[in-house]
Amino acid sequence: MSEIIHAPAKPRTERAGTASRTFAAFLIIGLVLLIIAPAFFYPIFLMKLLCFALFACAFNLLLGYTGLLSFGHATFFGGAAYFTAHAVKEWGLSPELGVLVGVAGAAGLGLIVGFFAIRRQGIYFAMITLALSQMFFFFCLQASFTHGEDGIQSVPRGHLFGLIDLNSSTNMYYFVLAVFLIGMLVIWRFINSPFGMILKSIRENEQRAVSLGYSVARYKLGAFVMSAALAGLAGGVKALVFQFATLTDVAWQMSGEVILMTLLGGIGTLIGPIFGAGLVVTLENYLATSQFPVTIVTGVVFMVCVLLFRRGIIGEFYASRLGRKLGFEHRR
Amino acid sequence: MAAAMTSTHEEPRVVLSARGLTKSFGAFAAVKDVDLDVQDAQVHALIGPNGAGKTTVFNLLTKFLQPTGGTITLMGKDITRTPADKVARMGLVRSFQISAVFPHLTVLDNVRVALQRPGGLSTQFWLPLASLERLNARADELIEAVGLKRERNALAADLSYGRKRVLEIATTLALDPKVLLLDEPMAGMGQEDIGTISGIIGEVAKTRAVLMVEHNLSVVADICHRVTVLQRGEILAEGDYKTVAQDERVRLAYMGTEEA
Repeated sequence: MSEIIHAPAKPRTERAGTASRTFAAFLIIGLVLLIIAPAFFYPIFLMKLLCFALFACAFNLLLGYTGLLSFGHATFFGGAAYFTAHAVKEWGLSPELGVLVGVAGAAGLGLIVGFFAIRRQGIYFAMITLALSQMFFFFCLQASFTHGEDGIQSVPRGHLFGLIDLNSSTNMYYFVLAVFLIGMLVIWRFINSPFGMILKSIRENEQRAVSLGYSVARYKLGAFVMSAALAGLAGGVKALVFQFATLTDVAWQMSGEVILMTLLGGIGTLIGPIFGAGLVVTLENYLATSQFPVTIVTGVVFMVCVLLFRRGIIGEFYASRLGRKLGFEHRR
Repeated sequence: MAAAMTSTHEEPRVVLSARGLTKSFGAFAAVKDVDLDVQDAQVHALIGPNGAGKTTVFNLLTKFLQPTGGTITLMGKDITRTPADKVARMGLVRSFQISAVFPHLTVLDNVRVALQRPGGLSTQFWLPLASLERLNARADELIEAVGLKRERNALAADLSYGRKRVLEIATTLALDPKVLLLDEPMAGMGQEDIGTISGIIGEVAKTRAVLMVEHNLSVVADICHRVTVLQRGEILAEGDYKTVAQDERVRLAYMGTEEA
C-alpha cells in the first residue's frame, strides 16, 4: 500500500522544479510582451485590458482561493473609480494618492459588505453581496458627488509623483503596467503566505479548520477586504485611464462580467483570469464596431467554455498533456 | 501539607463535564439529560448502537451544535455558550467520524496547518511560504510518530482511508490539546495501524484526557479506563469495561447489532 502512495510522491517534487523553470520562462516572455505591446496595439485598449485583468485576478482571490462567490464586486471596482475620480478632480490630489484613496474606499466598502456576507454560505453569500451592491448602485445614482447619470467627467490624469506627465499615453501605459504588476505580486504573495495556507485549508475543509481553532469568519473577511482593495486598485486606475467614472462600473452587469472572465480563464489559477479578461475585453473591443451584438457572442463563448473546458482556458491547459509535460498541475 | 497536596493530586481530576446535556430536533430528542465526566489522564469510551447519539454528544461538547439544555464545563470554565473555534483554542480538540483532512494539501502541509496557529504563523499575508519551514521539525516529529514518514510529501487525497485517519490523529495531536475527542478513530483502519494508534492514544492519555467513540470493542477493552454506554440518547450504563460488559441491559442493547 505505502509503496503505491510513495511512488507519485517523488516525481511531485521533480515536477515542481520543472514547473518553476517553465513558470520563470513564461513570466519573462509575458513581461517582454507587455513592455513592447504599445508598439503594436492601441494603448487605451491595452490599459483597459490590464485594468480588467487585475480586477478579475482580485475577484479570483476570493472565488478561486477562498471558495467565496461574490456577486457584487462591481461595488469595489466602480466605487474606487468614483473615489479616485473625485479625489483627483475635486480635491486636486496627485494620481498616485488618488488611486490610494480609491483603494482605501474599496477596502472600507469590502469591510462592510464582507462583514454581512461572510455569515452565510453559497448562494446566500452571493445574494447578500448582490443586494448590497445594488444598494450601492442606487446610492451612486442619487449621491451628489457622483453626478448621477452623467458620472464624473473629464478627470485629470495629472503628473505621477509630480514629475511624469500621465497625459502621454505611453507614460500612462507604463504606469498602469506597473500598478498591474504590483497588484499581481501582492496577490501572488497573499496566496503563497501563511495566511493563504489557512485560506486554502478553509476552502478544503471548513469544519476541520474550525476544529483546529481557526475563527474561519475572520480569515474570510480578511480575504474579502484584500480582494475588494485590489479590485479598487484596478477601478481607481481605470478612472484615470478613461478620465471618467460612471454608473456602468458599479452596475450588476459588471459583477457578472468579472465572474465570466474568471470562469473563462480558469478559477484558482493565478494567471487564468488575465486570459479570461483578455478574451472578454478583446471581443468587446473588436465587436463594438460591428453590427453584431457583443453580448450574444460573449454568451456563446461562455456556453462553449462551460460545456467544453470546465476548468477554463488556463485550467485546461495545465491539465492537458502538454501542460503536465511542462510541469504544471491543476490543483483545486 | 505535603501529604494533602499529594492526595489532591492523585484524586481523579475532571477536565470536561456535562450536566443534563440535551439536544432536541423538534419533537425528537437526540440526546436526553446526559451527565458525563471526563477525567484527566484517562481514556474514556463512548459506545452504543448506531443512532444512539454518540456523534451528537461530540458535536455538543465541541460546540459544533448548540445544546437545547444542560451545561458543559471545560477545566472549570462554563463553555455552554462558547463558539466552536474558541473551544478548540481552549484545548478541546475533536476529530471527525468522516475523515477530516485537507485533501489537496500534502501530509506535511496538513500537519503544518494545525501547527500554524499555536506557532503564531496564521495571519501573516506578507511572509513567503518558506516561513512555515520552521514548523517542519515539530511536524516531522508528529508524522514520524504516527508512521506516515514515507507519505510525507503525498497529497492527503491519495492516502488510503485508514492512513487519512492516521493523518487526522497527527493533526489533532499537533495542537497539543488538553482534551481529545476522537470520533471512531479506528474505523476503516488496517490492523497494523490500529496497533500504532492504540499505542499513541494510550501514550497521549498519560498527560491528558481522551474521550472516544469506538465500535471496536477489543480496542475499548484494551485501552479505555472508563466506558459510557449510550442508547437512544440516554446513558444506559457507566463504569469500567468489565462492569459494563456484564451489564444485562447493555448486552440486550447490543444483541444482534454488535458483537463483542
